[in-house]
Amino acid sequence: MWLWLHKLGSPPHAYRLLGKMAPWFGWPALVLILVATYWGLVEAPRDYQQGDAFRILYIHAPSAWMSMFTYVVMAVAAAIGMIWRIKLAHAAAASCAPIGASFTFLALATGAIWGKPMWGTWWVWDARLTSELILLFLYLGYMALRSSFDDPQRADRASAVLAIVGVINVPIIHYSVEWWTTLHQPASVTKFDKPSIALEMLYPLFIMMIGFQLYFGWAISRRLRGEILRRERNAKWLKESR
Amino acid sequence: MDMQEFLRMGGYAGYVWTAYGLTALVLVWNWWAARRSEAEQVLSAQRRSAD
Repeated sequence: MWLWLHKLGSPPHAYRLLGKMAPWFGWPALVLILVATYWGLVEAPRDYQQGDAFRILYIHAPSAWMSMFTYVVMAVAAAIGMIWRIKLAHAAAASCAPIGASFTFLALATGAIWGKPMWGTWWVWDARLTSELILLFLYLGYMALRSSFDDPQRADRASAVLAIVGVINVPIIHYSVEWWTTLHQPASVTKFDKPSIALEMLYPLFIMMIGFQLYFGWAISRRLRGEILRRERNAKWLKESR
Repeated sequence: MDMQEFLRMGGYAGYVWTAYGLTALVLVWNWWAARRSEAEQVLSAQRRSAD
């Protein structure tokens, strides 16, 4: 077990493993996202209140979910890197940031597009929207902080602190709709009793969520490979593997 | 199903199609950026080991 873990933490092994794993994430992700898009746009019944505008749900909710999920992965990886001084964990955290930022941007943008016809406004400064915007700034701040150091080890440590402290924002986003009065509707799927959404509307949402999750798996594998190469530029295994 | 009707999205065409188009754009951009940054590192590693 420990030997296996140790091997996993070694850059050349991780580099090859990620290369093998990436297509196993990428292709299923593509298929599921296409199936869910078709199902969500064509097959799912129209909402009795929101009409066809509710179909934005199928990309908005998975993006918002992934924006938080990616942040937690980033913070956990940063913490592992800090505690056990594993460089690969820091590299994984660094690879999460651009992916997470793009999901956060999508959640905000699709939310604004959905908000306009339903709420009559693109944006309001309420708890859910503001805390999600802070999440975007956390990602951007994390990336800016990293790029301000020349020394990768100092960049790792400083940015890890930011990532770990910032994780407090994730439960704030999630519970913001319960703690404060907001225009945003409360959770209709991720709650403990029965989801308050019709099943034929729910299936495409689940498929899209799994698709986005796999897409993240693919993207992180690719990003991490690039990050490993960048950090291991002078390592012997790189020359030998040619 | 009527294609015209589908594209109209019950009058929300502008919103729904913009949202979906934007999502496709961001997902494809992510795909492209990840591949490009990896390819760049591979190239620069090859250049170094050729020296």
